Amino acid sequence: MAERLVEVKDLKVQFATEDGIVKAVDGVSFELDRGRVLGIVGESGSGKSVTSMTLLGLTRDKNTRFEGEVLYKGRNVLEMNESELQEVRGNEMSMIFQDPMTSLNPVYTVGAQICEAIQVHERADKRVARRRAVDLLKQVGIPNAESRVDNYPHEFSGGMRQRAMIAMALACNPDVLIADEPTTALDVTIQAQIIELIDRLKDEFNSAVILITHDLGVVAEIADEIIVMYAGRVVERAATRQLFYDPQMPYTWGLLGSIPRLDREKQERLHSIEGTPPSLIRMPVGCKFRPRCPFAFDKCMEEPDLVNRVEEPKHLDRCWLSVPEKRKLREATIQGEVAAA
Amino acid sequence: MLAFIIRRLLGAILVLIAVSFITYLIFVKIPGGDPAPRIAGRTATQQNIEDIRQKLHLNDPFYEQYWGLMKSLFSGELVSYSSQLNVVDQIKQGIPATFSLCIGAGIIWLFFGILVGLISAVTAGQASDRVITVLALIGISMPVFWLGLIVRYLFAQGHPFAFMPDGEYVPITQNPWQWFVHLLMPWWVLAVLFIGFYGRVLRGNILDTINEDYVRTAKAKGLPQKRVLVKHVLRNSLIPIVTLFGLDFAAVLGGSAILTETVFNLKGVGWYAAQAVGDLDLPPIMGVTIYATFFIVLFSVVVDLVYAYLDPRIRPT
Repeated sequence: MAERLVEVKDLKVQFATEDGIVKAVDGVSFELDRGRVLGIVGESGSGKSVTSMTLLGLTRDKNTRFEGEVLYKGRNVLEMNESELQEVRGNEMSMIFQDPMTSLNPVYTVGAQICEAIQVHERADKRVARRRAVDLLKQVGIPNAESRVDNYPHEFSGGMRQRAMIAMALACNPDVLIADEPTTALDVTIQAQIIELIDRLKDEFNSAVILITHDLGVVAEIADEIIVMYAGRVVERAATRQLFYDPQMPYTWGLLGSIPRLDREKQERLHSIEGTPPSLIRMPVGCKFRPRCPFAFDKCMEEPDLVNRVEEPKHLDRCWLSVPEKRKLREATIQGEVAAA
Repeated sequence: MLAFIIRRLLGAILVLIAVSFITYLIFVKIPGGDPAPRIAGRTATQQNIEDIRQKLHLNDPFYEQYWGLMKSLFSGELVSYSSQLNVVDQIKQGIPATFSLCIGAGIIWLFFGILVGLISAVTAGQASDRVITVLALIGISMPVFWLGLIVRYLFAQGHPFAFMPDGEYVPITQNPWQWFVHLLMPWWVLAVLFIGFYGRVLRGNILDTINEDYVRTAKAKGLPQKRVLVKHVLRNSLIPIVTLFGLDFAAVLGGSAILTETVFNLKGVGWYAAQAVGDLDLPPIMGVTIYATFFIVLFSVVVDLVYAYLDPRIRPT
């Protein structure tokens, strides 16, 4: 069995704000083994970014409370002090952010920003770090890496900047690469290239990847397992194939239904999930998706646990509907007929 | 790069011409601006005044007068109407005092402005930040002429202390220590306003920058907090301060420390300008205006160059 790198146990993250306590993450658990890709999917505000930033201790603040455990190779990240965290960040776990336009410092060259991590973590001298930076840029597919290394971020295109971000994240050969919506700000044509690049480099660097996105289409290609998050909690969790073939949670159906499909009859319009995610300060009673769910019934006033309800033992979900009912209602939803009727 | 500098220099000459011409027009149009009756004195006859007008070419068309004025200014022959002293010589005499005042004050206000801004940004929302905010607002609100008099009263005139010399400028070549001691109060009085202002501006810049995505990236790379703060936050927050400092410093060098120089009786360029304005004495006013414009224009070019060095996005390619 592959080495267990990350284990998140019942993680809760709460922010104290002027309006009240925001329960951004509310009882999330997952595991990640070396060489695997975990997809975390959900709408904006579902807590996926907060979860991933918490893995690196980036959500720490005097107004933030944590509960549960985030174990990296058995050590609890939540209890590390600042210097222990700095050792982990960028070195053992590193992160790629959503917007490559703003995630690079405009006043330093791309090379200098890649070298920075190498110099800090490995105490490498400038020449060694620079040579590594050039190699990394070559690996992420930047042409003329030797001269491009001295360019400033504004001289790179969006796709190239994201490649440079990936090179930076991989600079110290981390075990875990967290990609927080790495393709959201990019052209569709570039998206696939970046996802393929992450998939290939994962094998070359022998790392594990956590890929966060709101687009199930993006994770379908490379994720081994997918977690669907809603209102700060996991609402469905399954191996990728299983999730696509037998999704159990009406919210997941909604996400699947909102992927544009070319292989179906022409739809009037793209299906969307009605309503907006709930306030994380005053959550709805019972199932958190109930107010937006077209199939909600009496039982939904009580919150369902994340448990296995189907034949496949590793497939967990939070929905009270019986499995046969779900399978019947599902096809209709994914095709958007429910919305039309 | 060369093209950029040449373009800016040509622009600078145009600015000099425009500023001097506008100043000249304002003076000519101002009521009581005609120098001839004042030079002639109380008991002058119409003939006296007419002679003076003739001598000073005041009956020529205004553009010829302007041209004559500028020609004599740049050949160093321009003399004051009232004192008959050479304008260029007088400005040159004032330069050591003005430069000593401005360079010292500039160092103080830049250093303490950055320090104050950094401390209040890092401790934003805490007690120290609040105290600094109040002090900065007081600093910004105190007029120089008032603060200068209070400081002189308290520390130089024996109410309750008298350990500081009261005004006057001692050349550095004559006695460096006395030069320093005499300038201490003027330096601080001039700097206080800027410290408060720069502190506020920098605090805002830092708090904006700290939430930038690239600062989060820097943290995610595992850089130590101090390095993140200095190399990624402060480095980017200081860019607007450079512009501010360049232009403020130029203005002060160009004689806009008029109040400080007057309050502390430092006979610099600003003091000379104040005298000239009081006497409605056109030649020194023109001289000082050109001198001030020169520094503003020079420093705005310098600021552009420094800015391009600090921010690669605006470098001319």
